Amino acid sequence: MSEKITLEVARYSPERDAAPHLEAFEVPFRKDWVVLDALNYIKDKTDGSLTYRWSCRMGICGSCGMMVNGEPKLTCATFLADYAPAPVRVEPLRNFPVVRDLVIAMTDFMHKLKEMKPWLIRREEKPLSEGEYLQTPEQLDAFKQFSMCINCMLCYAACPVYGLDPLFAGPAAIALAQRYNLDSRDQGAKDRFPILSQHEGIWGCTFVGECTQVCPKHVDPAGAIQQYKLTAATEWFKSLLLPWSGK
Amino acid sequence: MKSSGSTPGYTLNHPRWYRARVSTYWWLKQWVYLKFVLRELTSVFVAFFVVTTLMQLRAFSRGPQAYENFQKWLQNPFVIALNVVSFLFVLYHSVTWLSLAPRAMAVRIRGKRVPDLLISGTNYAAWLVISAVVAWFLLWG
Amino acid sequence: MAGQKSQLRLEPLLWTLFSAGGVVAAFLIPVHLFLWGLAFPLGWLKAPGYLSTMALLAHPLVRIYLFVLCSAPLFHAAHRFRYTLYDGLQIKHLNEVINFSCYGGAVLGTALAGYLLWTIP
Repeated sequence: MSEKITLEVARYSPERDAAPHLEAFEVPFRKDWVVLDALNYIKDKTDGSLTYRWSCRMGICGSCGMMVNGEPKLTCATFLADYAPAPVRVEPLRNFPVVRDLVIAMTDFMHKLKEMKPWLIRREEKPLSEGEYLQTPEQLDAFKQFSMCINCMLCYAACPVYGLDPLFAGPAAIALAQRYNLDSRDQGAKDRFPILSQHEGIWGCTFVGECTQVCPKHVDPAGAIQQYKLTAATEWFKSLLLPWSGK
Repeated sequence: MKSSGSTPGYTLNHPRWYRARVSTYWWLKQWVYLKFVLRELTSVFVAFFVVTTLMQLRAFSRGPQAYENFQKWLQNPFVIALNVVSFLFVLYHSVTWLSLAPRAMAVRIRGKRVPDLLISGTNYAAWLVISAVVAWFLLWG
Repeated sequence: MAGQKSQLRLEPLLWTLFSAGGVVAAFLIPVHLFLWGLAFPLGWLKAPGYLSTMALLAHPLVRIYLFVLCSAPLFHAAHRFRYTLYDGLQIKHLNEVINFSCYGGAVLGTALAGYLLWTIP
């Protein structure tokens, strides 16, 4: 059984190249192999200089996000069998600067995550003697979906608005902000409001919805953003019509 | 170039990083993006509908002859064709809007999230009822 | 940039108008367009005559309904078209011109609708 499949992999060496180009590799085709297996085979047997990120190989670390035939995918969860016998094109994640081969620079993404103040903000801290912050299953359910993000950045690769305007906060960051805003233990929604409500915060979003489509953990960032738009608009009207209710 | 202040510092930029330009035709590259742009373009036909309605109102204010002329204008084949296209786009707007609406509001009854299908189903049903009521008014009101 | 600051404060309002207009457009425009644009001119259904329509228009509620039918979708379309120009043609640097034209058009249409509905006998 010596079936083969061709992988067309983007190569970019910052010292040598002006722009990425595709290089074809032939790898054995195994029914149970994923794209990551093929990349590992190339690095192991054919070209050791191929550079890419991966770690857990089971869809939980978020390291191996790449464009497979033009769609953002986790390469550890994308089967070669779904593309065979046609060649599989592997390129670095869209909308991010390419550092080398399939590795992108995620500085902007990390910066945006931090801007969302992704930690519980309390007006008053409960003393230790009073015990933990308790939460009912319903309260957990309010934000749990948004906490499932593995920071794989597939949503940023799918979002045309982020591609056109790098200042846009982006799906994962806004979903993360919502994860904390909706957490019953958090009292910091007002602190996150200025960051989110700037024009590049949430208002750039036009609900394309691709971010939700590509998310491997079903976080539904598009839903988070639309829900936050509603919250921000309600806050705006409340501050306009009830200026004395400054909480 | 490291970011100022915070540790650890992330490299903000490097001249040898490759930054691809987004093509003006990015929306033609994938079917989902094209569907999205068509959805956004429904706004043009929504505006066209309002313009024709304003024209109709102006005809009303000018009397029965103007109304007659407006009806005749509506029968012009070019206008009919335009209205057919408009109708298709406006339908596309309604269908996409009503199916996406549940995502913007996380409706919860007694703690459990109401399934999206139920909300959009209710929306479609309401759409049918409202359309029927309007039609009744115009045909027999 | 002064323009950008006032923009930020208006954005929630503009989005709310966009949403309201979208709801109005989604529920009401298809049936109106079908009847007035296709069914009546093509003779599939009998169009109401001048007198019966004027009788309908005599009710102030009908006039308010028509005002909403004209105004809300215009703001919806203005907002959506503005973003289409940003993203589709990537001409965000012209954003002052785009915003003024789009929302200005919606305001103009609203004023026109108000004037017409006020002055119909």
